Order: sequence, then C-alpha cells, then structure tokens
Amino acid sequence: MSKYLMNKFLYTVDRDPELVERYRSEPRALVEWWEAERANAILNVHSCECSTWLKFEDAEREALATHDYPALFELGAHPFLTLTLFIAMFERDYAEPLGFQLEYARRLSRFSMPYPDIAT
Amino acid sequence: MATVAAVIASTHHPFYYRASTSTGADRPPFADEWVAKITAFRETLTRANPDVLVLVGSDHFHQLWLDNMPQFLVGKAPCYDANWYNEEREFGLPRMFFKGQEDLSAHILRGGLDAGFDLAFSNELRIDHSVTCPMITLRPEADLPIVPIYTNIFAPPLPQPKRYVQLGQAIRELVESWPSDQRVAIIGTGHLSLELGGPRQFGPHGPDPEFDRKAVEWIAGGDLEKALGEVSLESLWEPGNATHGFLDFMLMMGVAGAGEKADYVDTLDLFHTMEAYFTWYPNGAQS
Repeated sequence: MSKYLMNKFLYTVDRDPELVERYRSEPRALVEWWEAERANAILNVHSCECSTWLKFEDAEREALATHDYPALFELGAHPFLTLTLFIAMFERDYAEPLGFQLEYARRLSRFSMPYPDIAT
Repeated sequence: MATVAAVIASTHHPFYYRASTSTGADRPPFADEWVAKITAFRETLTRANPDVLVLVGSDHFHQLWLDNMPQFLVGKAPCYDANWYNEEREFGLPRMFFKGQEDLSAHILRGGLDAGFDLAFSNELRIDHSVTCPMITLRPEADLPIVPIYTNIFAPPLPQPKRYVQLGQAIRELVESWPSDQRVAIIGTGHLSLELGGPRQFGPHGPDPEFDRKAVEWIAGGDLEKALGEVSLESLWEPGNATHGFLDFMLMMGVAGAGEKADYVDTLDLFHTMEAYFTWYPNGAQS
C-alpha cells in the first residue's frame, strides 16, 4: 500500500496549473511521467537528494491513470485531495452548479461506514 | 496584562466570499440571508474593539504536508500572505496579506512549550481559507495584526479531542498573561458535520443534522463535559468524513471555558453543511 504516494501525486498535481491540465487530457502519460520523474522528489529538498524507494502499486497506478476516483476512495487516498483535484479537472464539463460534485457522490454511493482507512 | 476582548467560534465556508459578492443571475438565492447573518455576526467582533486577532484554523494540505506534519503549529512571522492557487481556482478567494503580532506569537510559543505543548512554529507561513474565511466574514478590512495557530484535523493520526480542549484552555491563559495592554480577540474556525470526497457530500443539508443540533447545543452552552463524553476520534467519522474539523470548535470551547454560555449564537442551514456562529465576551461587551 502506498497511500502516501497516491496522496503525494494528488497534492503535487493539484497545486500546479499545468499539471492539472496535463492530467485531465493525458492521464496515463502524466502518471507514468510523474512516477518516473517526481515520485521520489522530497518536497522542499534539493533535487539531488531524492528518495529511492517510492513507487505505486499496480492498482494505485491504474486508478490514477484512468481517473477512477471511486477506486482511489477505496484504496484510501485522502478524499479531500481527490475531490479538490477532480473538481479542478471536471467541474467545467457540467452545466449545473454542483453537477460534478453530485455525480461524484453518486458514483461513491456503494460505500457505507466505515469508509476505507485514510491514515498514512 | 492583555484583555481577551472576545472569543469567537465559527464555521469557515469558502463559498461565502463568492456568494456574497456575486450579482444578478450568479447570485445564489440564499446569499442575502447569509450576508445578513454574517453582518450581524461581524458586529459581535467590531463591538469588542480588538487590537490583535489570534486565529485558530487548519491548513488544508497547502504548506503543511505529510512528509513533515505538525499537530499544532504557531505562526511567528512579521507578515503573512494568504490564500492559495487552488482556493482561487475553486472558491474565487482573493489573495490577502496580514501583519503578524510577533511578540504575542513568541509569548504563546514560549508559554505553550513550558506548559507541556510541544508546539511547532513557522517563520514563513502562507495561510489558507481556514483563517482567511473568518477575516472575510468578521474583519474584511484585515487591518489588525494576527497570530495564526494551526491544528491538524485533517491527516490522521490526530491528537485526542481533550488535547484540543486543553490547548484552547492554554491559549486563553497565555493571552491573559501576555504583558501588554492590548485587547485580543481569539477566533477559531472548524466544522459541524461535513463530508468531502465521499458519498454524502453536497447534499441539501449537512450530512448529519442530528449531530449538528447536538453540537450547537454543546458549544452554545459551553458543555465541554458532554462534548468530550460523546466525541472521540473514532465517532467523528460517523457524522461525515470531514467532521474532525469539529475538534477546532472543541478547542474554542476550551478557550471560552467550561460552562461558559455563548453570548451570541446563530446558525444557517445551508446546502452541504450547517453554518454556526458563536461569540463570548469574557469581560463583558463594550457598549
């Protein structure tokens, strides 16, 4: 399980307008690039001093590469991070206010308490 | 010594700014009632005539991240920039800027550490909507120096609820022992029942109106015993997956004091979550 790394992906993409657009239009390519180039970068640390051990599990990589936010919820990604980034990418496709947010809730409707553990 | 001019606890709703400033067809039907309630709430701070604001909130994965996550952090900086790109993007929040009250920050850090709270600190903190929302609602001039205090309500493992209450009690004592003639308002924001990124999100009301009713009663009555008796880190998942924001309300109950009834209470049942506004005047309100 690498909930931390899924969260790190969501967090670092969400805060970069260019990455948000790349993730919207080419999710698999962006996930592959990010895992190769960014997954091991310690934030706020010089680029030479990276981690060496971080990588996605297959289910995590696939969920990210297919924009599968119900799967991310099930895998324990932090729901606030997932929601924020996915609103940034897809709210624009819905005419009604909250249209995407309500569709998002509907797609998660099979989950009941207790929800998947999000502790990292 | 400094005077606690007011203690204020509030929800922080990032959509208020856009709702209150929108016009014409963009203005939501609930905006006018919301603005009226906020205007009345703002008056409870204005009449306390504060010189300094201590602002308790929680970073939403902006500057604080899982590679280095403090539980409680005090800002100690001469200035604070505020609001982030994703808050502009999603909520239309403006960039903001505040002066810091470093002397009070230093006093709270020193005294807090000596009282057994191993507080983290930051000398360069960009603050987010948990602090800027109450500024927009309560002091839109943003003309008073601040001390921001962040709590972790977001990234488990969290401290136990009683720890938030104890920190609130300590903040109250520390402000009252600050050698200054300034009037300090202590303002904290959190949530009632709330779901974000889960199946119960963005409903017509908060996800658990019964929890909200009880929570408002606890806060308004200063009923810390009941709140601590019913709330645990585990139980807070039930009313909604973001309800741990209620821990900041419990912190503010600690600031206000056990058994202290709020002098001002108001709520607004909105889509998505219930708004709730509380003010205490520990030393009486100024006329």
